[in-house]
Amino acid sequence: MIRNFLAVAAATIVFLSCESQAPKLPIIGDREVIEKVVDGKSVVDTIYPAIPDFKFLNQDSVLISNKDFDNKIYVANFFFTHCPSICPTMQRNLLKAYQKYKGNEAIAFLSHSIDFKYDHPHVLKSYATKLGVENDQWQFVTGSKADIYGISDKYLIFTKEDENVAGGYDHSGYLVLIDHNKHIRGVYDGTNDEETEKLLKEIDILLAEYK
Amino acid sequence: MIIGFSQLSSCHNNNLNIQTAQYAVNGQKLYRTHCQNCHGAKGEGLGKLYPPLTDNKYLTDNRNKLACIIKNGLSGEIVVNGEIYNQAMPAIATLTDLDIAYILTYVTTHFGDSDSTFTQEEVKKNLSNCTK
Repeated sequence: MIRNFLAVAAATIVFLSCESQAPKLPIIGDREVIEKVVDGKSVVDTIYPAIPDFKFLNQDSVLISNKDFDNKIYVANFFFTHCPSICPTMQRNLLKAYQKYKGNEAIAFLSHSIDFKYDHPHVLKSYATKLGVENDQWQFVTGSKADIYGISDKYLIFTKEDENVAGGYDHSGYLVLIDHNKHIRGVYDGTNDEETEKLLKEIDILLAEYK
Repeated sequence: MIIGFSQLSSCHNNNLNIQTAQYAVNGQKLYRTHCQNCHGAKGEGLGKLYPPLTDNKYLTDNRNKLACIIKNGLSGEIVVNGEIYNQAMPAIATLTDLDIAYILTYVTTHFGDSDSTFTQEEVKKNLSNCTK
């Protein structure tokens, strides 16, 4: 009986997997199931968390917004230019992704500075240039404390101003992969080489979704 | 005859090499903790932000300043491998003379071409002459 059930289940899985051969990345974050009334009928819908609209000043002192990332996938992170701890390693790893996909308009990169006091656009510009960023595919942005720290929560990234840590700001070094619907599709430890390799593989998987 | 010489010299060097190797192993651990974030696992640096530690000429010419740079940090323009770098390096005042000797033995033997120990005595002497 149980064996029969398992056989049917296995057959169903095989059948279902026939429909989508390509691997697909999950949507990350707590989903919300809501009931709504459509045409007089009650239907159940699942809402996935998405990155809300934003406007930030970039390294060229230009105001950019979520619209600049429409019809692209992008990798986001949080850093600051004189960060003595995890940032250099995280940015070194993100640079690998930037160099791999440089010139590919289907993908962008977005680094938010959490040092709203010091990291003015010209500081970000100098940092980006010295890091080796040569086009606008990788944006470095600054904004108000409320805006930057507020949106870091949406990316599931911990950020905090803390005078007790080196550099004055505490944060986690994750690289977050975002799709065309602004859903989070992957979160990777940017200070870890293996996780960075995983990011590069999963960028390809996500790019394939839109081919 | 050549084999005899090389055995003799490797014998002579072996004592030195064991100490140098041990210093370098300890230095690598400290390097990972304190230096690798910016200067990289292979001493390659990062873009034009953080200089590589593989410029043997810089390491040799500035050998007596290296301990001061680690202990007190560094700011202002420097030229490494023909490139200008101008990003402040933080001081690590908590490192002991022996820690610095370990790190510098690792850096000068693995990234530079030195084959000798950077001794604690050398660190102590250099630190007493820091310009600050």
